[in-house]
Amino acid sequence: MVAASKGLSDYALSVEGLTVSFDGFKAVNNVSLYVKRNTVHVVIGPNGAGKTTLLDLICGKTKPTEGRIMFNGHDLTKLPEQKIVKAGVGRKFQTPSIYPELTVFGNLEVSYPKGRSVFGSIFFKRDSEVIDRIHETAKLVRLESLIDTPADLLSHGQKQWLEIGMLLIADPQLLLLDEPVAGMSVDERRKTAELLLKICSNRSVLVIEHDMKFVRAIAHRVTVLNRGEFLAEGSMDEIENDPRVIEVYLGK
Amino acid sequence: MPNIPIFAAVGGYELHELKDIFIMQGFAGLTLFSVFLLMALGLVIIFGQMKVINMAHGEFLTAGAYTTVFLSKMTQTYLPKLMPIYFPIAMLAAFGVAFLIGWIVEYLLIRHLYSRPLDTLLATWGISMLMRETFRLLFGAREAGAVMPNWLMGSLSPSEGLDIPINGIFLLSTAVFMTLFIFFLLQRSHWGLCVRATLVDRTMANAVGINTARTDRMTFAIGCGLAGIAGAAFTTYSSVSPSAGSLYIIDSFIVVVFGGAGNILGTVLSAFGIAQAQSILEFFTSGVIAKVMVLLTVIVILMIRPQGLIATKIRR
Amino acid sequence: MVESSIKRNIIGTRGEFMSFALLAIVLLVVFPLAFGIFRLNLTAKYLSLAFAALGLVLCWGYGGILSLGQALYWGLGGYCMAAFLKLEAAAVIARDASSGTARALTTVGLPDFMDWNQITTLPYLWYPFKSFTLTLILMLFVPGLVAWIVGMAIFKRRVSGVYFAIITQALAWCMEILFVTRQGLTGGINGITDFRTILGVRVDSTAMQYFFYFLTAILVLACILLCRILTGSKFGQLMIAIRDMEDRVRFSGYDVANFKTFVFVIAAMMSAVGGALFTLNVGFMSPKLVTVEPSIYMVIFCALGGRLSPVGAIYGTLLVCFARTYFQEKFPSLWMYIMGAVFIVVTMWCPRGLAGVMDTFLPKLWIQVKNHIKLPAFLIRAVDWIGGDAEGRC
Repeated sequence: MVAASKGLSDYALSVEGLTVSFDGFKAVNNVSLYVKRNTVHVVIGPNGAGKTTLLDLICGKTKPTEGRIMFNGHDLTKLPEQKIVKAGVGRKFQTPSIYPELTVFGNLEVSYPKGRSVFGSIFFKRDSEVIDRIHETAKLVRLESLIDTPADLLSHGQKQWLEIGMLLIADPQLLLLDEPVAGMSVDERRKTAELLLKICSNRSVLVIEHDMKFVRAIAHRVTVLNRGEFLAEGSMDEIENDPRVIEVYLGK
Repeated sequence: MPNIPIFAAVGGYELHELKDIFIMQGFAGLTLFSVFLLMALGLVIIFGQMKVINMAHGEFLTAGAYTTVFLSKMTQTYLPKLMPIYFPIAMLAAFGVAFLIGWIVEYLLIRHLYSRPLDTLLATWGISMLMRETFRLLFGAREAGAVMPNWLMGSLSPSEGLDIPINGIFLLSTAVFMTLFIFFLLQRSHWGLCVRATLVDRTMANAVGINTARTDRMTFAIGCGLAGIAGAAFTTYSSVSPSAGSLYIIDSFIVVVFGGAGNILGTVLSAFGIAQAQSILEFFTSGVIAKVMVLLTVIVILMIRPQGLIATKIRR
Repeated sequence: MVESSIKRNIIGTRGEFMSFALLAIVLLVVFPLAFGIFRLNLTAKYLSLAFAALGLVLCWGYGGILSLGQALYWGLGGYCMAAFLKLEAAAVIARDASSGTARALTTVGLPDFMDWNQITTLPYLWYPFKSFTLTLILMLFVPGLVAWIVGMAIFKRRVSGVYFAIITQALAWCMEILFVTRQGLTGGINGITDFRTILGVRVDSTAMQYFFYFLTAILVLACILLCRILTGSKFGQLMIAIRDMEDRVRFSGYDVANFKTFVFVIAAMMSAVGGALFTLNVGFMSPKLVTVEPSIYMVIFCALGGRLSPVGAIYGTLLVCFARTYFQEKFPSLWMYIMGAVFIVVTMWCPRGLAGVMDTFLPKLWIQVKNHIKLPAFLIRAVDWIGGDAEGRC
């Protein structure tokens, strides 16, 4: 589905004709996707559909063989990972990727969007503004009481929240979330959903998720991928009633 | 300013002389190639399989060499009739001794350090210090040579002015044979199957019942055994001293890294290229300078193309 | 955990400050009083090596970058200083010769080894070392530049740490060979020696030896403070993050290659300072000091002392060096076994070195002592206060 030119200013993220091939195997094949500004766009699909690969391509972990990804006037396919982050894209990984040797405070400080150059980080002033912001974020992700704990001592769910906190403090315009409630208990899921609803306002978000209840709660728009290819797109209601989607994914 | 002797030298020789020089240096290069290949082969299967860098690899060469020397002296003294056939037996013994030591080292030390490649580097360096000192204590610091059976000495002269040493041919055949042997082992044997499975996905390999710890131990021991054979080969053209092996260690590592550090073909090409380059340059400038020039060139190439000659493709 | 200014970084936790103060007292007061000039000079020699270990604390302990060829940068610094001293010595000889007090060389003003190699004009590379200022600059700039090139080339391409270690070792070896073979340029296998004066003052007088010792000790302490500034700042946190999860750090918006190269360059420059001080303290520089074996020793110093502890690295260096002198005299074979064993034991069981052992055991020991031995209350309070707010370090 190649784009006829859409009003680009409406869209935070425009993925067009994206293809990546590993030794001939096309993990993502000619996928196009448009995330409207300040909406939550969810990507669903069976395992192996290429969803995580799609996020890998957007955040720069993998380079595509064809296609382009437009964000704020930049083509993300041409930038290295750190530049993509500086451009305003934040990614949360499927398994919690936090810095185990640093404390919660340290993790958040490292993610603070100032002092990202070598000399910037040496002379980085941990002034009251920074400290307040870190504490504020820790409070938001319910980790304030654990702020001086080394991160590898946190529970799985807490590590997920820490990672969300690390994303938040960098204040990205586009948030990429890869199965944010995976491996969580029911209670943790509920709390995480509340958290995510809070942070998704005023931001464009692209989420991969399997939990349909969760998706229904947060999605404005849903894209379905299957075997690396685009299958369908629409609101949650439209998708749930789409026969192709039901056949492939939701079950008869 | 560094002189550029190559152009000066080329100008001084006639074309057919140059041809002979290249052929002779080429064959000398083949000897070097054989030793590099045997050393690098052992390193590659250890590194490719276990991501372990064995800084003591040179000492396993020395161990194999000393075994050969020992056996040669024994045969000479007690069973002189067996002189002609002792050498292949000595090679097997060299393999065995190095294999055994490698097995023990892996069991006692290496298996505890898998997730820490840099620490393995240092720990194996410690082992190399221990081994070197033990050699010094056992065999003395002076060089010891093995007695060569007659059929290994001398050279063939296919044409006027062209002398091909027999031990060079023997070395080359040994190296080629071992390479093919290891290749088939990896493709056909049970051990090879375990190695390949563990390489792809260690957790899954464990889950389906492959004893990856045992596989690793076997791999390490075989790698060291290969160094032992290199040591036996070493005795055909040089005498052994306690630090004989450490002369080759830097070259062998560079050969491995340059070849792509995970596949046999790359290792072969890399060993060939580096050995030939060193050998040909050696004719025009001194031995060490040739080594340095080749090493620096390879390092520069690696900086441009860090995956080496043939990139080993593993999907992360 | 409130303000983070450079001042705070330097002082660190109370425990860290105390150990730094203790080292300062040992180096600046205890050793000069307890040692005669010969031993003190020996200590200065060992301290010169400690600079490289300090560099390794930064790039290896914190950054996870193992360099097996630090002696290369150490040696470059040393050779720069040696060149300056040699040219000054040659000028002294020329002056003495013209006044008849010494035999003239074939070419006036040329270092003697160049004379012996039938070189008649000073090579271009030597010209900058006529000036002390330029020498000081080059001493830092040349190793720094080499480290920058090596770092950029390797880290930008995301070459793995193991390959990097091997390449650094190969480079150190290459440098030794280059220095040995370029006899006319570098003095060859004998190195550069026979210095007379530095800026007019005789180098071998006892007063100068004391001066060089204190200069070395003060610079070592200054470098430790520099390490603290770096490790106490956000930069230090980042290095730890890069060491443990390099890829993830990119996704936090950092160009990892720049950080790794920077820390590698700093380590190189620190080592170079050490090399230059060695030349001043010991009076010679040779290719044997530039190659693989000294580089490995530098790693041992750092590993044994504690790869995450700048103060520990100094103690590690002194311990190994003094032990080496002792054992190599009395039981040379045993020394190799000891070194090998140290490598193995440290990497297997004590990756944080002696500093780590102290961190773990001293508090436990103190608790045992407190509970079982009757001590005066003020002593207990004092020791508790010193140990104070020792926060868990990585």
